[in-house]
Amino acid sequence: MLVSVNWLKDYVDIDVPVREFADRMILSGSNIETVEEIGNKFSKIQVARIEKITPHPNADKLVICQLDVGEDELLQVVTGAKNVFEGALVPVIRHGGRLPDGTVIKKGKLRGEVSNGMLCSAEELGYEDKVIAKELKDGIWILDGDFKPGTDIKDALEIEDSVIDFEITPNRPDCLSMLGMAREAAAVFGKKKKEPAISAENEEGDVNEYISVEDKKPDLCPRYTARVIKDVKIGPSPWWMQKRLMHGGMRPVNNIVDITNFVMMEYGQPLHAFDINHLKGGKIVIDTAEDGTKFTTLDGVERELDSSMLMINDADGPVAVAGVMGGLNSEITENTDTVVLESANFNGDSVRLTAKKLGLRTEASGKFEKGIDANLCARAADRFCRLVEELGCGTVVGGSVDVYPEVQAPRPLDVRVSRINKVLGTDIPGQDMADIFRSLEMEAELNGDIIHVVPPTVRQDLNIEEDYVEEVARMYGYDRLPVTLPAGGSAASMTKNETIRGKAREILTAYGLDEILTYSFVSPESVDKVNVSETDLMHRNFVKIINPLGEDTSVMRTMLIPSMMSTLERNNARGNKAVRLFEIGKIFNDSKINCDGMPAEADGLCIGIYGGGADFFVLKGYIEGLLDHLGIRDAEFSAESGLATYHPGRCANIISNGEMIGTMGQIRPDVAERYGISEEVYCCELLFSVIIGQTNTEIIYKALPKYPAVTRDIAMTVDEKITVRELEDEIRAEGGNILESIELFDVYRGIQIAPGKKSVAFALTYRVPDRTLTDDEVSSRQHKIVESLETKFGAELRKM
Amino acid sequence: MLLDDIREILEEAQKSIDKAESMEKSEELRVKYLGKKGELTKILRTMGGLTPEERKKVGQFANEARNAIQNRITDKMDEFKKRQQELKFKAETVDVTEPGKVHVLGAKHPITQTIDEMTRIFMNMGFSLAEGPEVETVFMNFDALNAGPNHPSRDMTDTFYITDKTLLRTQTSPVQARTLLSQDPPLRIISPGRVYRCDTPDATHSPVFHQVEGLVVAEGITMADLKGTLSEFARQMFGPDTKTKFRPHHFPFTEPSAEVDVSCFKCGGKGCKVCKGSGWIEILGCGMVHPNVLRIGGIDTEKYTGFAFGIGVERIAMLKYEIDDIRMFYENDERFLAQFR
Repeated sequence: MLVSVNWLKDYVDIDVPVREFADRMILSGSNIETVEEIGNKFSKIQVARIEKITPHPNADKLVICQLDVGEDELLQVVTGAKNVFEGALVPVIRHGGRLPDGTVIKKGKLRGEVSNGMLCSAEELGYEDKVIAKELKDGIWILDGDFKPGTDIKDALEIEDSVIDFEITPNRPDCLSMLGMAREAAAVFGKKKKEPAISAENEEGDVNEYISVEDKKPDLCPRYTARVIKDVKIGPSPWWMQKRLMHGGMRPVNNIVDITNFVMMEYGQPLHAFDINHLKGGKIVIDTAEDGTKFTTLDGVERELDSSMLMINDADGPVAVAGVMGGLNSEITENTDTVVLESANFNGDSVRLTAKKLGLRTEASGKFEKGIDANLCARAADRFCRLVEELGCGTVVGGSVDVYPEVQAPRPLDVRVSRINKVLGTDIPGQDMADIFRSLEMEAELNGDIIHVVPPTVRQDLNIEEDYVEEVARMYGYDRLPVTLPAGGSAASMTKNETIRGKAREILTAYGLDEILTYSFVSPESVDKVNVSETDLMHRNFVKIINPLGEDTSVMRTMLIPSMMSTLERNNARGNKAVRLFEIGKIFNDSKINCDGMPAEADGLCIGIYGGGADFFVLKGYIEGLLDHLGIRDAEFSAESGLATYHPGRCANIISNGEMIGTMGQIRPDVAERYGISEEVYCCELLFSVIIGQTNTEIIYKALPKYPAVTRDIAMTVDEKITVRELEDEIRAEGGNILESIELFDVYRGIQIAPGKKSVAFALTYRVPDRTLTDDEVSSRQHKIVESLETKFGAELRKM
Repeated sequence: MLLDDIREILEEAQKSIDKAESMEKSEELRVKYLGKKGELTKILRTMGGLTPEERKKVGQFANEARNAIQNRITDKMDEFKKRQQELKFKAETVDVTEPGKVHVLGAKHPITQTIDEMTRIFMNMGFSLAEGPEVETVFMNFDALNAGPNHPSRDMTDTFYITDKTLLRTQTSPVQARTLLSQDPPLRIISPGRVYRCDTPDATHSPVFHQVEGLVVAEGITMADLKGTLSEFARQMFGPDTKTKFRPHHFPFTEPSAEVDVSCFKCGGKGCKVCKGSGWIEILGCGMVHPNVLRIGGIDTEKYTGFAFGIGVERIAMLKYEIDDIRMFYENDERFLAQFR
């Protein structure tokens, strides 16, 4: 909402600097986006009268103007503008003058002819293109009025102004008007608001002889007021009105249209003017459209209507989309001599839906959507008539047609002083609260703890006691409210999920991994890109978004690896070496619908690494460390060769307590290649919610051993196909209760070992808690272990 | 006679010890003069023919000589040890300007770090953590929070829908609605988490972002408590001198409502690039919980009052770390992440 401070001063006496005005308005709830100064960012621009125009001897597109600038001699200026004529008053910038964009104008020669300055357009004076009248858009600003040549343009046009852009919250549509802002300003500064004059002084005839109104949908059109103006003389509106419109962000058109816009900005009530000669049968019928009707709006676009859309019709058919836009068939033209003015109230939701269906949002529809006080209709119509008279652009016909079956009455409420103070934590006297209400144009009567308040009907946001709490708080000043901390309270608690997520982050960052966050929605093709099987419903039953930003972000992710791969791709493409990343995030699945109709949602954890010596066991080490710190000590890694995402020989499922907790491995090189990565990439996808369920962070101390341990190494050559776990299981079985631990310390393949074989070496630690083991005990057990490995696995013992 | 011999030995020994050039040579000299077969010992063996008086005299003198030689050798040895140690130190000298051997720690994502920091502050003020689903019901996300059926935020242009009854939550407040429905006051919770809105990504918009929202409901909770709690948060988050400004605003969830500005923590309020010259930075929205919201949770609005607030995490992190493009958070360039270690 753009508010010209000069215009606002027509209604409220503002006697503080603009900066202070703005600050105090902000603290009372009228937030401000920007404050812009207009008309003071240029210098040396004067009014000039073009006395003579002669062709330029050396250029077809230029002319030479002799200008009267109130001095003894005429000023010669060369211009290329097409719209200049002898006798025109125009702005001219003199030698040394500065334009708002900082350009300094110097005298010089244009194609050999002296030019002592430059004729200016409205844009060059700092106005935005969208507020400049159409006929002046591509030329010099032809000034309309009686200005003395040589006068400084700032004095002649009085254009210096401050324009404040207020951010109006949706609950305060009454502030989308000059009078609404004036009401706020008057309350903030303790002034009295001045109401504009609304009665025409000379009316002729009777409106009923011109027009009748039938409202067939009073629920969609609670009020319809019409007035008539005859002997209309269409022409430009005076500069003072154009200036108000332009500073408020609207383009001047002609006097009648300008007055409708002016009154709309003043009251917040949209008005529409019809040419009566185009209203068949002299009647207006308010009704919904018939499905499929075609109708051409003012902007020249033919639109198809449906039966939900409220239309303004004449005897033959629609002439306007109610509250949205008029029709081309009843538009005001230069030849219009009688005007019907519509000042109506339309249902906001109906206007919003219609505007949305037609893809046509206008200044008027925007205002109706937010809700307008039906009591404004007559006042705004009368104000229109008054201005028509003041501007001398027509004769007001007596009376108005006003269809208003159900008059909107004020909604009084009793509010409690004690309750207001209880919510605010204050001790404001009831009398002060009543004064605040009165300053906002409410009636307020204090009786003990009760204030009987009657708000003006424009304030549709005031319905319950809390709404009045806010009125008191904002006018009293949020800054004056006391500052305390809530009493009581108890010890805060963290959720188990977040506690364990936090622990996982601590562990993985300690290992040197960086945490990433990626979007929760992905492309449905993202799982194809990592070779997820067609039958893998766990990863293909997507939770789909009805209205995604694009196909790329149209489904909720079922796994984290695709986003991780894209992240690794970006890092690799940017030349980042040795990348170690992890993400903890939600994954979604549509197949398991919860009892309340919600899709399954779980925590996932993904690690992705490449470069810097990344291999299977580096990744496995991260996972083992993570699980170990979360108290999961018996997870098994079993080889998996059936997942096309991974290298078939370098992939494992991770199982703990009989539950699958994840999969890890090397991403298949051809998959990695799709992401432009030629190095080995290792990823894991852990079902973190399952891990959280198994997490046991309880620690119980075990007594340190009292007796020494005996350590014996064992090294053997076995077939490649024999796994370390098989060997360990066998050693553990044979070692019995005196074997404390097994540690794999070497796996070797190479020239000293036969092809297809590997050398594996373990350190075995023997100990019992209650005595020192004898050498014989250990030797005989070690011997049994070796024998068993030899028989079961064909192991060949190697000399250490 | 004997005394002269001893004196001679002493002089000779002292001379040769002084000349000794190594530990080994010194040790040799010790054996030569003081050892079991050493020269001094030899002389003492010839004392047999002396009178007891002479013997005492000679013995005393010999002992003095022995001690003198021993001391001289010890000093000499110490000198050698010291010199040897110096040589060793010299050989072992390191270049202290060479880089240290680091085990690099990874970084939590800056958004996680910001959430953790906020969580810590609010937990210290007695707020417990609450979580809820990211795919929410339309009821919890809008109706339960007093956003009417025609509220513009429900538009398909603003909110991602899964079905006509479920959506991607646009705020973490539905967690508060769930809490109000499932628990009785007094309540003091925060709900950090991920939220979604239909915004095409650009420097200041992201369709995915994070919020930390808070709710307090108890007897006697006032707007003054709201001011106190959020002012304390601001001081802990942005520094002890941080000032707060509460501006009236409007949210369907609260009444009265406010937006909160803090004095710029980069320039202290003088005006800079971060605060765009105003000295103030908008950080959050808040207000007294709307009675309609409490009523949906079955709470007696005469007995209980409450306040609620919502903070955009990305915004705070961008201000704090001076990041000028929100997309950086979701690009996850390792060079970006590594800066938050």
